[in-house]
Amino acid sequence: MWNKVFVTAALVAGMATATIARAEAPAPYNVTPELEEAAKAEGKVVFYTATDVAVAEKLAELFEKTYPGIDVQVERAGSERVFQRIGQEISSGINNADVIETSDAVHFEYFKRQGWLQAAVPQEVADKWPADERDPDGYFAAYRAHLSVLAYRTDLLSEADAPKTWTDLLDPKYKGKMVKAHPGYSGTVMTATYVLSELLGWDYFEKLGQQDVMQVQSSTEPPKKLAQGERPLEVDGNEYNIFRLQEEGVPIRIVYPEEGTPLAVGNAGILSKAPNPNAAKLFYSFLFSLDAQQLNSDFGGLRSFHPEVVEKAERTPMSKIKLLHSDPVKLEPLIQEIKTHYEQYFGT
Amino acid sequence: MSATVVEGRRASVDLSVPIFLILGLLLSVLVILPLFWIIWYSFTSDGGGGFTLANFAALVTDPTLVRAYAIAIGMAFAVGVLSCLVATPMAWLVARTDLPGRRFFRMLITASFVTPPFLGAIAYEILAAPNSGIVNVAFRSLFGLDSSTVLVNIYTFTGLVFAIACFTFPYVFTLVANALDKVPSDLEDASAILGGGAMTTLRKVTFPLVLPAMLAGTLIAILQSLTMFGSPAIIALPAGFHVITTKIWSLFQFPPRLGLAAAAAIPLLVITVMLLRAQKAILGRKGYTVLGGKSGTPRINTLGNWKWAAMAFVLTVLSLTIFLPYGAILKTAFTNTAGDPITWETLTLRHWRFVLFEFSATQLALRNTFLLGILTATIVTAIALVTAYLVTRRSIAGAGYLGVLATAPVAIPGIVLGVGLFLSYANPTFQLYGTLWILLIAFMTIELPAGYQQMSSSFAGVHPELEEAGRIMGASRLRTLWDITAPLLRTSVVAAWCFVFVGTIRELSATILLTTANTKLVSVIIYDLNESGDLGAICVLGILLLVASFAVVYIANRVPVLGGSQMNARG
Repeated sequence: MWNKVFVTAALVAGMATATIARAEAPAPYNVTPELEEAAKAEGKVVFYTATDVAVAEKLAELFEKTYPGIDVQVERAGSERVFQRIGQEISSGINNADVIETSDAVHFEYFKRQGWLQAAVPQEVADKWPADERDPDGYFAAYRAHLSVLAYRTDLLSEADAPKTWTDLLDPKYKGKMVKAHPGYSGTVMTATYVLSELLGWDYFEKLGQQDVMQVQSSTEPPKKLAQGERPLEVDGNEYNIFRLQEEGVPIRIVYPEEGTPLAVGNAGILSKAPNPNAAKLFYSFLFSLDAQQLNSDFGGLRSFHPEVVEKAERTPMSKIKLLHSDPVKLEPLIQEIKTHYEQYFGT
Repeated sequence: MSATVVEGRRASVDLSVPIFLILGLLLSVLVILPLFWIIWYSFTSDGGGGFTLANFAALVTDPTLVRAYAIAIGMAFAVGVLSCLVATPMAWLVARTDLPGRRFFRMLITASFVTPPFLGAIAYEILAAPNSGIVNVAFRSLFGLDSSTVLVNIYTFTGLVFAIACFTFPYVFTLVANALDKVPSDLEDASAILGGGAMTTLRKVTFPLVLPAMLAGTLIAILQSLTMFGSPAIIALPAGFHVITTKIWSLFQFPPRLGLAAAAAIPLLVITVMLLRAQKAILGRKGYTVLGGKSGTPRINTLGNWKWAAMAFVLTVLSLTIFLPYGAILKTAFTNTAGDPITWETLTLRHWRFVLFEFSATQLALRNTFLLGILTATIVTAIALVTAYLVTRRSIAGAGYLGVLATAPVAIPGIVLGVGLFLSYANPTFQLYGTLWILLIAFMTIELPAGYQQMSSSFAGVHPELEEAGRIMGASRLRTLWDITAPLLRTSVVAAWCFVFVGTIRELSATILLTTANTKLVSVIIYDLNESGDLGAICVLGILLLVASFAVVYIANRVPVLGGSQMNARG
């Protein structure tokens, strides 16, 4: 059944990208009163997302306030779980989701090939988004970005004792002190594992696996384990969760190693068989609006590609950080290999 | 017998045969279809869909699968032994001694059945995580030790065994305590009269008589832990190892390896069947012990000075299995993060506000959970009632097969059933995936054996004479069942209903593969929240789930139509 779907789809997709010339992106759309009316008639929109549940719910609240009468159903899970769910649903003929968002860029290449997305470009994206951060054919765009960061509890680890580089983590003094998320669950960590394995080689992870690292699933979780005081040091995890915890007064500091910090881009797109097509378009356009993007930054600590978003002063701007970019096209064929390596070195 | 009576009976429609056929068909579909697809897929290649033996080869050659099985089996046996070692003395103390408050203790342990094991595992994360765990923090501050001292670490193999045993020992406890109730006191009296001291009587008479119940309970504990998904997922994954259920679950990640998942599920099925046969053999061989009927009230041993030691033991066990976990859940629900000390500043209602007003999944999940719980309990009890009737009264040739079919799902571990149902119904032909129906089917299949066992054992206690009287007076079989038998059985009916209800709302292992956005259940959102580390929200949901379950069980026991009966120990 669905394994066949995947295999044939992969083959077809491979040919498709090779032979079919690029289609033009559709003309950008604005939020018109007609669209709003039609969306209100549908009354709800279903949002599959990998953003931290509190942030995603906050965004939903803003949408519901902006467009009263349309409920947002937020379905939050780790990127890879969202991917698994949408795959199971679509291959079973179920169309639940209107708008989807994950932090694994590979997914959107895949969705696009499968024909699961519909092309739609909000005016805001057409006008203001950097060309690198949106699909040239208009199927998706970078709704958010964040880094997967090294961070530590300043009250449990002095600055002198804290690691400065990725390889510092292999020091025996950090044994039993670290927590990290899982690439089989988190798109952010899949991306981070890929770029770091390219940069440092797999033997880095093999040695890291000897360090008695606490393994959690979502990249939202290591920061929470730091806050809880369960471990003083995180190997990876969402920068935005750290920002949020810092604002709550938890003593955590981020380390941006000189070798670079992995960047995870969270794309969003509208599903081609969205059950609430108008509400989907309205919500999708809202996701890229300045209000939503500013909220993501202020409340969520997320990075935005909207040029007018003003970041809080205490955050290190992305321009001052050396970023490690991932190439989804190169990453995709390596996913199974990465998981196998990972299980070999970390046990799960 | 006159001809008119015969005529009269022919004229009124006897629904036995059609009901028998419908039930037979329903049970066959429930049980056989998922198993068929599991076997079919296990021979299907994940790569192209052709026939292959590679999936079975991987069971032997893939070290990650072999290791997951080895750990799971080791864990299950350790849990079984530990549960038995703790439960047996507990059962003896509350059933056969003058321990103060023993009725209360017994009730408490029985009520702790309602705790979903995954919630218990999360409570132990809060209590016994190596650095932030409340127990470790308290230990360190009590003795002024530095932060590197770790008293207990739940993220280990032993931690996992402990956390599971805490919530499976009630199975052994209940079986052994019930067996102790029924040990004929004349045998013990005989031993005492012949000069045997209290210890000799215990060792030579009582203990051998309840040994089968201990073994049977241990096997149930082994089976429960072997097929458990939630607790290992919560404790074993952070510790960096898989058990077989979490490994099967991981095979569903993209790209899904359904063939391998199906093949990996088959040994689990085989082990389960073997364990159940072992249990049956043990209980069957020594069945005379507890089934001999009561002869007088059980002898009560006076503890004397041992009372305090016994009390300390019972309270320690209850602290570990009830007081501490529930305390941790309550504390976390009302404080900012699990590690905070309790002061006026750290007390907060933010998690409650989040769960009740901000988190959009809460309402839907609560509604789905209780809708499914009530539906499953009602349908399963009804099916179990009719099936048990047909089987015990043998009114139709071949009725015995219904009993076999109704018991068979007990051999199918939840995660295996989840795989099977996913393969059976998550395709464009059926399209049940994504609806509550697939979950209803799953829960019915999982809970049927428990409901059926309850009903059939209580039917054995109702003499057919009364039913025959009803039939002679011209009532149809169904009418007799409804008017005469069912009211006589209402205690059992209510108990079975509650048992199935509680079982449904704590189910996670099959559910986890079958839910979608619109069919979220509380157990699944708790699991999702655990993966993102939102302990506060989990504890709030856990409290809501427990309070609501107790309320439903309470109401079910008080509804006048149902007889206002007491929930019995097994229910």
